Amino acid sequence: MIKFSQVNKRYPNGQEALSGLSFDIADGEMVFLTGRSGAGKSTLMKLIMLMERATSGQVFVDGQNLNRMPGRSVPFHRRQVGVVFQDHQLLFDRSVYENVALPLQIAGFQLKEIGRKVRAALDKVGLLGKEKHNPIALSGGEQQRVGIARAVVNKPPLLLADEPTGNLDPELSAEIMQLFQQFNAVGVTILIASHDLSIVKRMQQRVLGLAGGQLVHDGLL
Amino acid sequence: MRNQILKRGASRRQTASQSDRPSPRKSVTGVSQSKAYSSDKLASYWRHHRASCLDSLARLLAEPLQSLMTVLVVAIALALPVILLLGISNLQSLSGRMEASPKISLYLNVRARDQAVEQLRDRLSGLPDVERVEFISAQQALEDFQRSSGLGDVLASLSGNPLPAVLVVTPASVALDSVALSRLKTEFEQEAIVDSVNLDMDWVQRLQQIMLLSRKLALALAILLGLGVLLVLGNTIRLAIENRRSEIVVIKLVGATNGFVRRPFLYTGGWYGCLGGALAVVLVYLGYLFVQPAVLKLSLLYQSEFVLQGLGLYGAFKLLLIGAVLGLLGAWLAVWRHLAQIEPE
Repeated sequence: MIKFSQVNKRYPNGQEALSGLSFDIADGEMVFLTGRSGAGKSTLMKLIMLMERATSGQVFVDGQNLNRMPGRSVPFHRRQVGVVFQDHQLLFDRSVYENVALPLQIAGFQLKEIGRKVRAALDKVGLLGKEKHNPIALSGGEQQRVGIARAVVNKPPLLLADEPTGNLDPELSAEIMQLFQQFNAVGVTILIASHDLSIVKRMQQRVLGLAGGQLVHDGLL
Repeated sequence: MRNQILKRGASRRQTASQSDRPSPRKSVTGVSQSKAYSSDKLASYWRHHRASCLDSLARLLAEPLQSLMTVLVVAIALALPVILLLGISNLQSLSGRMEASPKISLYLNVRARDQAVEQLRDRLSGLPDVERVEFISAQQALEDFQRSSGLGDVLASLSGNPLPAVLVVTPASVALDSVALSRLKTEFEQEAIVDSVNLDMDWVQRLQQIMLLSRKLALALAILLGLGVLLVLGNTIRLAIENRRSEIVVIKLVGATNGFVRRPFLYTGGWYGCLGGALAVVLVYLGYLFVQPAVLKLSLLYQSEFVLQGLGLYGAFKLLLIGAVLGLLGAWLAVWRHLAQIEPE
């Protein structure tokens, strides 16, 4: 699903974020990405989302070479990747329902189908009763689950999560991780960046460790 | 190298077929990503147009005072040159109707016989470009001159009448432009018994030049004000973009195309332009109502049938359209300058 081969990323200010990074993530895998802040986790995610492009080396997602993807194809690529953010990036000028419906509206689904899919996604994250609420009125854990519902509502084959439990207490974090496991169980490839090693250890999944932009660990923790 | 090109072509085809493939896409793992049908996409495209259109109007109305200011600026900038141009074309049509239309004087040869003069007079009266022909005999001309100049004594001391007889031709209104008048003049000069032709055209030409100049000035003003409208709307849209920055970032992240992101802002610009154009029509009409009674009184005094021209339905529609186009253009400028800078980080 994801393949990095000898990827370097240098930012215009000269900072070397990734150097010579190579790894493979197969379809349906669930992988954790760990490392201190500044180790390159976010850059790696940005390369997959095409928010940044590699300085050299190749990045493949679902068999497509992202280096060669023209700008006009980027939106269509992003529709195949669900993303969960640490600060969940919800819009507070609209309801929970409308937040989750956003990717479907953009992709051009029928209204009826949007309703069905949004409710299914909200049901999965346990927020079906709060679809009419404004997300600002929800707790941190609930907001994060709205963010997850928005990421999976279009059923993307790949789900990225950048510190999804960064602002949550251990109990809520465990719930969120369970959700990810459920999505993984139905075949979604998942890549989660997290510096919370205790949680990562408990999940018993493959872990990629980054330090200084290089791969320093690959396997179980 | 060739292999690469082939691959690139293949991947492009793949993306193309993916984006409009009607059936849901199956991945190897069995996860089936939701895909919208292309007919749904088209319907959804129009739905987003409608939603953007209504939403941008609602946002405008949500801040009525601020929007009114912008619309007023646009309206004044549009109405000003239109009022000027209308005034000029009214003056033009007025000058066309003026009683003091140019007259052509044909100075006849002193030895011309009365019969020949009579014939020429009849022939000229029959011309389509001629409204009236008046004969002033040499004797009459002398008497007129004596009366108006106060040189009666001097003239009386002359042995003969130095003045020729004159045919004064009033051109028909169809021949009132300078080209037709000069054509008439050269025609009259061909006549055997005509010594010389005098056409007092200077004032016609001057008036026409002044009209032309003021029309050009009004157009230049219109262009400048149009540019002003573009800048004002561009700035307004820039602020709207700034206000919705976080929303733009999020929808770009979940796969919105540039067209999708642009749409609401283009509609906002279109609305400002449309509303500005509509208000400009109202302003021009108010100006018309303000001036019209005075013009009516004046034309009654002169017993003229002159009627003040307004904008008319077609003109109003054109003004509205110009407003909308300027609005869209201004929005394009802002969107093109500022939207690309907003990328998710």
